[in-house]
Amino acid sequence: MSDEQNSVSDILEDDTYKYGFTTDVESDTFAKGLDEGVIRAISKKKNEPQFMLDFRLKAFAKWKTMKEPEWPNVHYPPIDFQNISYYSAPKQKKVLNSLDEVDPEVMRTFEKLGIPLDEQKKLANVAVDAVFDSVSVATTHKKKLMEVGIIFCSFSEALQEYPELIEEYLGTVVPVGDNYYAALNSAVFTDGSFVYIPPDTISPMEISTYFRINTEETGQFERTLIICAENSYVSYLEGCTAPQFDTNQLHAAVVELVTLENAEIKYSTVQNWYAGDKETGKGGIYNFVTKRGKCQGDGSKISWTQVETGSAITWKYPSCLLLGDNTSGEFYSVALTNGHMQADTGTKMIHVGKNTRSSIISKGISADHSSNSYRGQVKVGKNATNARNYSQCDSMLVGDKSSAHTFPYIETANSSVQVEHEAATSKISEDQLFYFESRGISRENAIEAVISGFCKEVFKQLPMEFAVEAQKLLTLKLEDSVG
Amino acid sequence: MLEIKDLHAGFDGNEIIKGISLSIKKGEIHAVMGPNGSGKSTKAKILSGHPSYEAMGGEILFDGENLLEMDAEERSLAGIFMGFQYPVEVPGVNNAEFLRMAHNARRVKAGEEEIDPLDFDDLLSEKMKMLGMEKKYKERNLNDGFSGGEKKKNEILQMAILEPKLSILDETDSGLDIDALRVVSEGVNKLRNENNALILITHYQRLLDYIKPDYVHVLSNGKIVKSGDKTLALELESQGYDWVTTAN
Ligand SMILES: Nc1ncnc2c1ncn2[C@@H]1O[C@H](COP(=O)(O)OP(=O)(O)OP(=O)(O)O)[C@@H](O)[C@H]1O
Ligand SMILES: [Mg+2]
Repeated sequence: MSDEQNSVSDILEDDTYKYGFTTDVESDTFAKGLDEGVIRAISKKKNEPQFMLDFRLKAFAKWKTMKEPEWPNVHYPPIDFQNISYYSAPKQKKVLNSLDEVDPEVMRTFEKLGIPLDEQKKLANVAVDAVFDSVSVATTHKKKLMEVGIIFCSFSEALQEYPELIEEYLGTVVPVGDNYYAALNSAVFTDGSFVYIPPDTISPMEISTYFRINTEETGQFERTLIICAENSYVSYLEGCTAPQFDTNQLHAAVVELVTLENAEIKYSTVQNWYAGDKETGKGGIYNFVTKRGKCQGDGSKISWTQVETGSAITWKYPSCLLLGDNTSGEFYSVALTNGHMQADTGTKMIHVGKNTRSSIISKGISADHSSNSYRGQVKVGKNATNARNYSQCDSMLVGDKSSAHTFPYIETANSSVQVEHEAATSKISEDQLFYFESRGISRENAIEAVISGFCKEVFKQLPMEFAVEAQKLLTLKLEDSVG
Repeated sequence: MLEIKDLHAGFDGNEIIKGISLSIKKGEIHAVMGPNGSGKSTKAKILSGHPSYEAMGGEILFDGENLLEMDAEERSLAGIFMGFQYPVEVPGVNNAEFLRMAHNARRVKAGEEEIDPLDFDDLLSEKMKMLGMEKKYKERNLNDGFSGGEKKKNEILQMAILEPKLSILDETDSGLDIDALRVVSEGVNKLRNENNALILITHYQRLLDYIKPDYVHVLSNGKIVKSGDKTLALELESQGYDWVTTAN
């Protein structure tokens, strides 16, 4: 991202989870448990408009009638939702007038993570919203973006400043009762990021949110809403880390994207939540996330790129709802599992408009005792004439104790549709690595070359610096696993 | 340059090399022949540092250094090259990029800067031309889908790029067509000089018609049962291995 970003080279020196530290800050944390009172308290604490409270209560009522999904190919003991605290924020004065008022410990935390926030050191070409446990603590480059009319702020602030935009779009892509975790999120979410790109505007810089879970028994439920108006473009990046605890933390986010006519959103994630102990599988984040984009206007485009390298369990299907004619959706994914990680991830491409296109490139890498599943759905409606989809789902196995699974679901309701699906499984072998070594190439560089070759189509979608980071992260995680 | 002293080696505790001694000096070419399964490839793998094979006794000195204490990467950087009998395929990794990585690893070791990609491309084009390889092999992935002969040519291309001190070519001739055998042999001859040495593992005299060995060794059941000059290969060609292996 910039010259300040030395995080990966740092981890290369020390292959334990570098981000596993906790920050000692005084925080304002709710008692554990969940009922209507907690939801009203969150809403009140954040001084929310009435529609927001109504939205939450509706979601909560819905959630109480729902059951945790059992279809994903992941296994974990039941989660006690009453044993989680639903709000935790570093203590601070009500309104922050400048970054100087953010707890210096929190600032230091982000700096340590390679995301300096203060004016002198902030990343030059990336605007960052930093979310610490349940709340956004700082947002950089706001002014500069505002000059071209781009709104980029924390969700809480947006609720105060732009309630009408939120009311218009919130829940239109992921309805409150969409799924178990989305309903829970809709009821209890505490903060997140809000982006609005006005018509005819190309965002002058990358916009990003960095999520950090700090407190042990807090759930993180954040909400992101990005609206890209007519003929506009934005590239958005998301990063995440969490400390190393023996218990599991729940992260149930919802991300909604909306593109109007001819607009384009490119959403990239490098996810590196703590994955639990490599040997025992103890601890780690449960990453149960709902991400969906709606190509509402004709000719618009949404592209998801994700590099998933962490979390004990990942359950995540960034999807595209292709409503407008000539819209397109893309999904590029690299999911790496090692240790005892479990991932069930993929996408849904729902073709509604005419001449809609979608493409899916998924690369799963499984090492050690991990399990890695791709689950993808391509659904083409009656009116989606000439819709086209191309899917390619490749798996790479490292060692012989890991597993890879592919679950493609294809449903088409008209005959003018073209759907192509390809899948392949390969292996990094000791003989391949020996071949590199016998040419004087180090094992580390060999793994990097093989992995980056395997993930090439996905990495080239990422902003350059992100791609380099992602590649190193994967290499680092695999070094012990090969052979 | 290379001094093998009473080497015993194998894998998983099975002894396959049962006491080999061999001394190779700069500028020499040694041919190693012998029946299938006699341990020729095993010996080559031991020299190149394959992690699955272990030395069980004896020693190997390369330029005075204890080779058995070095890993494969270090041996390569020290100047040992192994042309594999069965080169492995690596999908997704571009052939030219792989060659550049290997070339740069040597440069970095020598304290030099990495080569400019365009200069490397020129170097690569020149070497490929020498071996009669078409340009398309730059774009292909490393050995991926290469025919048997193409893989062997690609091994020699690597040798040409790396300019090793000691090359061990394990049946590089098998799989090459008649013309390719000539072109590749000529290429190998061009790469020779008074400072490097060659071990040729082969079953056939025709390779030795092109690349003339100074010594020929016959390996049988993990031992060198006979050594001689290039006339030995001609004798083997006409009489087979029986007379050397049974005489022992
Ligand atoms: N990795 C291995 N696993 C099982 N057996 C092996 C392995 N490597 C070598 N061997 C055995 O060791 C013996 C020597 O094998 P090696 O490959 O060295 O023979 P070679 O002389 O190169 O034969 P060829 O002329 O057929 O190439 C053979 O019996 C072979 O089956
Ligand atoms: Mg052999």
